[in-house]
Order: sequence, then C-alpha cells, then structure tokens
Amino acid sequence: MLTSDSCLSLHKHGSSMASDSNSSESQRIAQQRLRIIAGHLQKHKDDDSGTIATECKAEANKGTVPRKRQEIMKWNGWGYSDSKFLFNKKGQAEFTGKRYRLSGMVLPSLQDWFENTFGASVNHKSPATPALNASAVPPASLNEAFVEDLKATGIPFSHEAEDRVFRAHGHCLHEIFALREGKKFERVPDMVVWPNCHSDVVKIVELACKHNVCLIPYGGGTSVTSALECPPEETRCIVSLDTSQMNRILWIDEKNLVAHVEAGIIGQDLERLLNESGYCTGHEPDSMEFSSLGGWVATRASGMKKNVYGNIEDLVIHIKVVTPRGVIEKSCQGPRMSTGPDIHHFILGSEGTLGVVTEVTMKIRPIPEYQKYGSVVFPNFEAGVACLREVAKQRCAPASIRLMDNEQFQFGHALKPQVSSIFTNFVEGLKKFYITKFKGFDPHQLVVATLLFEGDRERVLQHEKQVYDIAATFGGLAAGEDNGQRGYILTFVIAYLRDLGMDYYVVAESFETSVPWDRVLDLCRNVKERINRECKERGVQFQPLTSCRVTQTYDAGACVYFYFAFNYRGLADPVHTYERVEHAAREEILANGGSLSHHHGVGKLRKEWMKESISSLGVGMLQSVKDYVDPDNIFGNRNLL
Amino acid sequence: RELSSESNIHIYCLNILVFVTLQQRDPMLKRDGFEDILEERRNSSDLKYALRCYAPVLYKGVTPCKANMLKNIVLQSDQLRYVINQVSQESGEAPDIIQEEASVILEEMAHRLQISTVRFFAFALSKAFKTLFQHVCVNEEGIQRLQQAIQEHPVVLLPSHRSYMDFLLMSYILYTYDLALPVIAAGMDFMGMKFVGEMLRMSGAFFIRRSFGGDKLYWAVFSEYVKTMLRNGFAPIEFFLEGTRSRTCKSLTPKLGLLNIVIEPFFKGEVFDVNLVPISISYERILEESLYARELLGVPKPKESTSGLLKARRILSEDYGSIHVYFGQPVSVRSLAQGKVNRSTYNLFPRHIPRKPMEETQSFVNDTAYRIVRLQEDNMVLKPWVLMASLLLQNLEGMELSVLTEQTVWLRGLALSYAAFLDWPDHAPTAKVVSSSLALHRGLACVSGGRVSLVVGEPLGPVTPEEALFNRAVSVLSCASYRNQVLHVFLRPAMLAVAMLHLSDEVYNCFSFLWDMFSNDFILCPGDTVQDFEEACYLLVKTGAVQMPQQDIVMTDIGQPTLSFFNGLLEPFLQGYQVVCRYLCEEASEGLTEKQYIPAVRSFHSVLCVFTGNLRCYEVLSSDMQKNALAALLRMDAVRKVKVADQVTLIVNKMAVNSIDDILGKNRMISHINQTQISPSLSLVAVAEDLCRDGLTPSYIR
Repeated sequence: MLTSDSCLSLHKHGSSMASDSNSSESQRIAQQRLRIIAGHLQKHKDDDSGTIATECKAEANKGTVPRKRQEIMKWNGWGYSDSKFLFNKKGQAEFTGKRYRLSGMVLPSLQDWFENTFGASVNHKSPATPALNASAVPPASLNEAFVEDLKATGIPFSHEAEDRVFRAHGHCLHEIFALREGKKFERVPDMVVWPNCHSDVVKIVELACKHNVCLIPYGGGTSVTSALECPPEETRCIVSLDTSQMNRILWIDEKNLVAHVEAGIIGQDLERLLNESGYCTGHEPDSMEFSSLGGWVATRASGMKKNVYGNIEDLVIHIKVVTPRGVIEKSCQGPRMSTGPDIHHFILGSEGTLGVVTEVTMKIRPIPEYQKYGSVVFPNFEAGVACLREVAKQRCAPASIRLMDNEQFQFGHALKPQVSSIFTNFVEGLKKFYITKFKGFDPHQLVVATLLFEGDRERVLQHEKQVYDIAATFGGLAAGEDNGQRGYILTFVIAYLRDLGMDYYVVAESFETSVPWDRVLDLCRNVKERINRECKERGVQFQPLTSCRVTQTYDAGACVYFYFAFNYRGLADPVHTYERVEHAAREEILANGGSLSHHHGVGKLRKEWMKESISSLGVGMLQSVKDYVDPDNIFGNRNLL
Repeated sequence: RELSSESNIHIYCLNILVFVTLQQRDPMLKRDGFEDILEERRNSSDLKYALRCYAPVLYKGVTPCKANMLKNIVLQSDQLRYVINQVSQESGEAPDIIQEEASVILEEMAHRLQISTVRFFAFALSKAFKTLFQHVCVNEEGIQRLQQAIQEHPVVLLPSHRSYMDFLLMSYILYTYDLALPVIAAGMDFMGMKFVGEMLRMSGAFFIRRSFGGDKLYWAVFSEYVKTMLRNGFAPIEFFLEGTRSRTCKSLTPKLGLLNIVIEPFFKGEVFDVNLVPISISYERILEESLYARELLGVPKPKESTSGLLKARRILSEDYGSIHVYFGQPVSVRSLAQGKVNRSTYNLFPRHIPRKPMEETQSFVNDTAYRIVRLQEDNMVLKPWVLMASLLLQNLEGMELSVLTEQTVWLRGLALSYAAFLDWPDHAPTAKVVSSSLALHRGLACVSGGRVSLVVGEPLGPVTPEEALFNRAVSVLSCASYRNQVLHVFLRPAMLAVAMLHLSDEVYNCFSFLWDMFSNDFILCPGDTVQDFEEACYLLVKTGAVQMPQQDIVMTDIGQPTLSFFNGLLEPFLQGYQVVCRYLCEEASEGLTEKQYIPAVRSFHSVLCVFTGNLRCYEVLSSDMQKNALAALLRMDAVRKVKVADQVTLIVNKMAVNSIDDILGKNRMISHINQTQISPSLSLVAVAEDLCRDGLTPSYIR
C-alpha cells in the first residue's frame, strides 16, 4: 500500500514536467530517487500481488487543480496566473513567474522578431479587460428540484459567476478574445458540480436525467474546438460537470503494467504520481500541464512520444463511462478482443456527447533509463520532410521527431534568453556560421528537426546514430541537443505567447491535420498560400505569419500542425476575419487530402465538415449510438454531430 | 406571336439578368490601349536589341533547372515509372526496353530552349516584321498583369491561332518585354523542316504527334513532361486551345487534351493555382490568306518544309498591315473551379496513377476551354475592312462605293454598340478609311467605275464552269475569312434575327435550334443557350431593332436594316447546311463513307451551281462548313456513324435530315430569298413535333 504519507513526502521532490527543476542534473537525482522508491515498492510485491491501490475518497485531494481554478489560473488567457510574457519598460520581453525554464528570463530578440514579423509595435497596446464584469454574465437559471436533490448527495457545487464563466469556454481564439474584450456572454453554464469519484458521477447523471438537466463534462478546459461552448439554444439548466477532483490513481498493477486512474486527473499530476512509483504513461500531449485523462479519451488525444508509447487509443485498456442509460464498461482487461466493433471506439472521440468518462485503466511503462534530445538542420523543408518520411519507412522514429519550418526556426531563435547555460551565444554563433557560410544553407530556407530519444543508454546512442545517418543522406546536419530541447520548451510556452500577441493587436491560433506522406509538402505549401491570400482578400493590412511543423510520423502519413497569426490593426472584426481565414484553411486542408483533425477533435468548430469527412451514413451510425445511449440529449453540448 | 411560358419567364428576368451578366463582362470590355513595339525597332539597333541583357522575373516557387535536367526528372517520375511497368506487363517487353522507348519519345519531344537562339530570332524577326507589318501593337497593361501572374503562379499562355507566325511572335513579344520565355506545344509537322524545326526547338518549342490515340506510353511521357515544367515553374507553358490554325478566322472548338494536363496539377494539389492567360492575336492581313481558301476547297496543304518557307519569301514584298496582340486578364483556375469541382475526390487515389478525369472535371475543363476562347474572341481587334467584307459578301454582284461607305459607317455604329473591339482610325474621314482598306486588300476587292466588287483570280485561257466556280469560291472564302472575324460580335443577335424573320412563331425554340445547329461553327459555351438568348434580346433592344412589349419580341420600324443585315450575315451558313441536307437526302448512296463525304458534297454542290446558275452559296464548298454541318447532324442523330471493317460509313435518317432542311427554310434553295421580306413560312413547333415523332432527340426543345 502506498500510504498518503510517503506520497506527500514524495510530492515535495517530484518534478512537474513544467517546473523549474528540469535541468538534467536535478532530473537525474529525482529519477534516482524514484528508482529507489520503486525498489521499495517492489519489495511489497509479494504481499500485494503487485497491486498498489488507493481507495476512493480515502484521502484529501492533492491534485494541482483546485475547485476554484481562477485562484491559480488566468480567467482570460492561458495557464497559470503567475506566468506570462510581457514587454518591460525597456521594451524587452520577459517571462514572469518561476514555473518554467524561461521563467524570470529576459528574451532580448523577441521584440525585434515580434515587431518585424507582424508589423506590430510595443507602443500599440490592446490591453485586456482587467477583471470579469459580473453583469456581462447571464443569471443562472437553476432547476430548483435538481439543486435540492443534488444538495442531498453532498456533492459540492457552485453557481457563482466566476466559476460558471471559467467553464463556458475552451481556448479557441474567439473565446479568449471575447473574455479579454469583456463581451457579454450569450450562454454560460448555470452551475458547476465537482464530483469526487465515479459514484458521485452516477448520482449526478441520474439526477440530471430525472430533472432533464443538460450536462457538459469539463476536464482540463483546454479544448480548441468550441467543444465547451454552451449551445445558445439550450433552454434547460446547463450543469458543468468538472472532473478535476477525481484525480487519484486508484491502483497500479505492475504485473500487467497498467494503472487504474480516475479520469479527471491532469497530465502533469498523472505523470508525477506515476513517476513516484517509477512509472510513466509516456502520454504527453502539448497541453499535458492542464488537460485531463478523460479529455484525452473524449477527443482521441495524441502525445508527443506516441512513437514509443502510442496514442491514447493504444494506451487505454479499459474505460468506465457513465451515460444516461447506465455505465458502459468491458468485463475484462484482455489486451485485444474480437467481440464485434470495439465499444471503446464509440467512447474515444465522443467529445462529451455520450457520457462522462470516470475511470480508465491505462498502460504504464517503467521510467526510461536515459533521455536524450537532439536536432538536425536541413537545407530546406522538402529535405526535412523526405528525411522524416524515410525515418518512418524504416520504422526507427525516436520517441519524438518534429520538423519545424523556417518560420518556426526563426521564431525559436527569437526566444533565446539573455543569459542561459544552455543557450551559449558564442557557440550558437559558431554553429550558425558553420551552417550558413560553410555548408551554404540559406538562413531563410533552412529548417530544423527536433528529436527526443528514450530508452536504455546504449540503445539510445545506437538509435541516435541510425537517425543521424538517415538525416545525413538528406543533407541534414546534427545541430546539437540544445536546439532540440529548446524546441520542446517552446511547446509549453507558445500558448502563453498568444496572450502576449493579443496585448499588441496580434491574434494567433493553431490547427492541425493528418495527411498521407506524398501530400505533406503540397498541403503545407497550399495551406500557407491560402492563408496569405485569404488574409489579403479580407483586408488584413499586414503580412500574416504562417508556419507549420510536422509533429508526428506514421507508417502512412504525418501529423501537420499550423500556426497562424496576424496583426489585426485596422480590422473592424478581427475574430470574424480570423475565423473566415481558418475556415478557408480547413477547406484547403480537406481539398489537399488532409483530415478534419488529427487530435484536436471536431467540437462545434468543425461540425459542418463531418458529413463530408465520414459520409452521411457514418454520421447516421454515430447518431444512432447517441440516440440509444442518450435519448434525451442530457449530454447536450452538441459537439460532433 | 406569343412566346412560350418559359420564354416569358426568360423575358421577365431579362432586364435584370442581362444587365447583371453584361455588367460582369464589363471589366473585359474596358480594354487597354496599345503600344507599337516596332516603333522602337525602327529607331534603334536590332543587333543591340538582340544582344541586350535579358533577365526576366521568374515564378516564386521555381525550382531552378536546365532543359536537359527536365528529361531526367520526367523519366524518373513515379507517374512515368508506373506507366512503364504497366506497359511492360501488358506487352511482355522488359521495363528497360519500355524505359528506353520513353526516353526516345522524350528526346523527340523535348525542347532545348536556349537564349542564343532566341536572340537570333529576335534579330531576324525584327527585320522581317519591319518589312511585313506597319505596326505590331501590344497592350502593355496586359504585359504588366502577365508579369505579376508569372511570379505568383504557374502560367499557361493561350493565344488564338491564325498563322504560323503566332508562336514566334509570342516569344518575340515576351523577349521584348523581358518576360520569361514560354515553352510551346507545337505539332510534329514542323519537325519535317529539318533545320527550322531544330531552331524552333531551341527557341522553346516542344513537339507532339498529332494523334497518339491509344499510345499510353506516349501520353504518359507527354503529360508528365508538361506537368513537370508547370510544377517546377520552369517556364510559362504555351499552346493553342484551338489545336490548329483556324483557316476560316473563326475561332475553332477548343481541344481539351492539353488543357486537362495543365489543370490537373491544381486539382491534385500539386500547385496552388494555375493562371490561364487568353491572348488574342489579330492580323490585319493574314499571311496565309489565299492559301487557306485553297486548302478549304480541297487543294492539299503544302507540307511544311524549309524550302517552302524560303519560297514564301515573296510574301516579304507585301504589306500586311498591323498586328494587334492583346494579353487578356489572367484567369485563375482556382477561382473558376470554386464550387464546381470538389478537389477532395482526388484524395482517394494515388496521384501518380493516370486516371480518366471525372465527369465533373471534364465538364469543368470543357467549360473553361470555351470561356477562354470567348475571351480570346472578345479581345480580337477588328479592322474597318472586316465590316466592309461583311457587307460585300451580302452583295456579291458588287456595290456602289458610296453605298459601301455609307453602310460601313452604319455598321461601325452597330458594331460599337455591341462592344466590338474596333480599331477605327481616329480623325480620318470615312472615305479615306474605306479607300485605304480597299488598297490594303486590293487582292480581294477592287473598285471600278465607282463600284466595288470582289476580285476573282483571272485564269489564263479558257476555263470550265467548275474552274470558274473554284476561282470565284477562292475569292469568296478569302473575303469570308474577314467577315468571320466579326461574327462573334453579331452571332447571338443574328441568330435571334434569323429566328424572328424566318421562323417566326416560337422565337426562343427557334433560336435554341439554331444555337444547337451551329455550335460546331461558332463558339457557343455549352449550356449557355438561355444566357445567349437573353444577351441577343438585350442587344437588339439596346440598338432599337426590336421591342419587347410584355412577353413579345417585335421588330421596330427602324429595326429592319439591322435584322436583314443579320439575316444576310448568317445566310451562307443556313444555305450551306441546307446543301448538305439536300445532298444527304437526294444523292447520298447507301454505303457513303466518311472519307467520301467531303468530295461528294463538293461535287454535288458544283453540279447544283453550274446547272441552276443562280445559286450563290460558295461557302458550302469549304470543307470546314461541310464538317461542321455533318457534326451537327450527327449530334442531332439525323446521321449515324457505323464502323464497317476499316471504313466509317454514314447512315442517313432521311426523314430527319429532311425535317432539318425544312426548318432551315424550304424556299431558300429554289428562289433566292428577298432578305428584307419577312416570311413566316413554317411553324417551328410543328416541325419540332414532327422531329419528335421521327424519333429525333430534340435537344433544342426545352
């Protein structure tokens, strides 16, 4: 048994992925500790049949996310309240707080990059409304009978404006923009409930059915598909079901290497708690600091290291879902079954339309012995894509391999901190000189692939050599660990940068797709061109930034991620303009053989293309499942269909 | 004269619709001015010009590549490798051998564009142009638009094709304006001219066989070669949508093969967009003028040969007036295809495997081709002589110079109000304009005793009636090639006029019948019947020739000259088609083969002419009209083709052909119709009903 005591003591040393203790030295120490503890735990194995279990409600919540999220997180932007980019009085960019590698650092080149790329100026501010204006929030229309019955269960709930507004949105540009502008909300949840475990959820769903209340499950709130938006036409009381307090690992089964986890747990907590036991899931979506296990299941999430660990659908062994018809789960944990279509696949990607995922059994792996970052510079994007394709063909992709285009490469450089042990300007300068002058790479063409290897040391080194050898045949030059690591740091801070942009008339968003290998280049080029052209036609006064990266490789294709930003000065309705451009970009993606989504999901943002994507018969199939499982549309977020 | 209820609706919407459509076409009608590029050539050194610095802007996505590297890219492409394996499997030959074959094909096809040859041509053509032409005029705004387009997207240049000169002229102009030199799809026949063929190759021409129907490998090499150049942005690609030089000066029905090839990379997402640039090349006098007439009359076309070209030097001593080259607005394939072709249907099939285009795509490409040809037509510059030729052909017995002058002025007004692109000299008295036109075309018309008439080549010694007819026909057809240049301006109102004057009852149905009947002879965009009808009504109303009280279409008091001119304009076509119908009904034997058809019609007609004397439709002697008439009858199911052994035989449904003949006007053949007299002879509806009963496809009845 893992006692709460040992758990807490470990907590102090446990390193959050995003925290400042990431330097390789402290990481090694932490991992050593973890291995010792894992050893301790293994000693108990005989008594315990290899199972470490925690009982439901046995201990107080120790997750990162409090019920009042706004206490630690921004109400109108990304992430923690204490962490944000700003331009200081000297006009230099700074990242505040202490949580991240970049925290407290000055980024001297960011201002130039920002002003040159967007035609923006640090003197032209577009500040956000400082605080939530309660009068902009429609009053809660409560279903009294439901509230009465809920009170009787003792499950905590709230109908305060702040709590409701926080759960009325995800992180789409239009949602954050509206919050910053202090716009009036059309529809927000009428109340928020915080179930503590599976049986709480069963009670809530039963009551919702009894009183015909609309439930919208809420996990990490990181949706970028308008999935959390309340349908304005919904007249019933809308209850946001916040799973954040269901955040325990209920047991770990070391014999089968699986863990049974409550679905409200967020990525960083799951990884941290498993690390304490010497394990990890290896599932690391870019949003893992905030996104939840249930959310991953509901959207078919994908993690950065899927090449080693698999995507969420490969990781889950068992899912428990509470629906209006009752609880869906399989009767065993067999690793694969031939029992008709896999019912998990109705749940995976259901986007909260069928029920609430409460508990998940997922695969775990021992923490890898050795981790190594790496990077390769290619003369151009074509060469980079060809290399990734070859790596995929030889099935030797590292845990993560990503190819950033030239725009992102330059952007990455703009984020170099002033003083840093890992970014030594002198060495950087030499490298740049070597690459551009000696090797003849054009700095406006070259691209960089970032790599992350995991495993035992010897194999990692061997693997590394294999990949670099392939890269060399495509003209790729190894460009060091630092460049690689910087790429991955960027992943976590880039969402914060959007808030900085919005402070200075720049709107930005990302979107993704998956596409067969032979169409990757054409799709990237055409989508960028389409964005540029649409911006021009829609009166955007400044050249937009369009950038893409290949973030995942598969046997038959790749995942491509686009960033798109522009300076909106002079536009009457920048969000509308932005949405039209994104719409056009998505049409271009579909016309070029890309999918509607690789891992973000459909939500309400991309519903209109579902028929085209999966055929009207396919939509009918999904609809009939919905009709059977939830005939009264209790889970009425209207995503997907 | 009630119109059918459908027509009522048409008329009802007419004002709005036509207004809108013409407004949309309006930007096209606002045309640029011209600059004479010969002017500078006359004032400065040609040598310097040929040797000057040439540094054109290129496509922004260009992959720099030499002409011979292109071949390797093509031979190693997935597309070609796939077809090579396929052909190898089918034929049992080893892939290496097929690969070798492909390489030979490519060698025979490929251009070897090099700037030195272009410089040579720049020098030689400067000399030649200055001798032959008074002016070579180019719209410089069009050049600027083109320059912009070349940087943005792969560009396809689509010039009209009236003369051998066309493509040399194009390259010459692009060189002059420092624009990227195009690669040009040329017919293999040029290759016969050993030295010249190679010169052309080095100035950017690549050669394709005229027909390679089932040759998969040839098609694969050819299409991949063109696509590779397009995708890489190697150079603008130039070809002639009409497929061949138009011998009649009417635009020809577009061919779709190459257009399909250059559009496909867009549908497959290999390029963001493709820009099609319609280019109208108008010659005041075509070098090949009388050659064409003879060719149409069955004198075989002289084989292209270098010695032939040298013999043609004598043309250097003549004055061929001016050339106008108008670079139209680049047309974005992406914008055209918006909402018409769903590109994602290309997602489910590997892009390197050749596939027949989908129906949706085919009809899009067809539609695009027609629209481009119409854009070419719109920007064709018309000279006063074109109007005069139209009048002379309606007065073959000759006309008073003063009458001709007067009517030319009248016609000028009409043409201008129909937005013709007329190049009428500023500030020159009309008499001067007319006389200088006559002077330039003294080979075609002459003035004697104040009367203007067509010149008929005087043969030496006595001639048979057939020879006399032939000579007469040469001059009529030569003259017709000028009239034909203005037809696109007048065609729609003219068909309406014919419908009103001859076949009075159901004007729209009759219009639709003519529209369908003539759709091989003229550029009529498929499916545009209603729109064309509305345009015709609008134009006739606009010039006061007809009124449309309520749901009716009536000629006004002042409308008669216009309507009868229009009637006369189409008369040769109506007559010609009738002769063909008559021949098929009266003379055609059972086993008439396709090959025999043209000479047979020709001799039938000669007999008719010689013996009846007063029949004057010379134009039906033109193989072009005969072919078009046959195509129309085939389309209308009045004639069928049957393949017997190696011969294609024509099976005539005499009843159907007779009915069509009837609609075209029964009396016309017997007595020359008084053009000004309105003779509502036959009810079209009745005829149409007959046709239905005869089992015809009355596709024109809507």
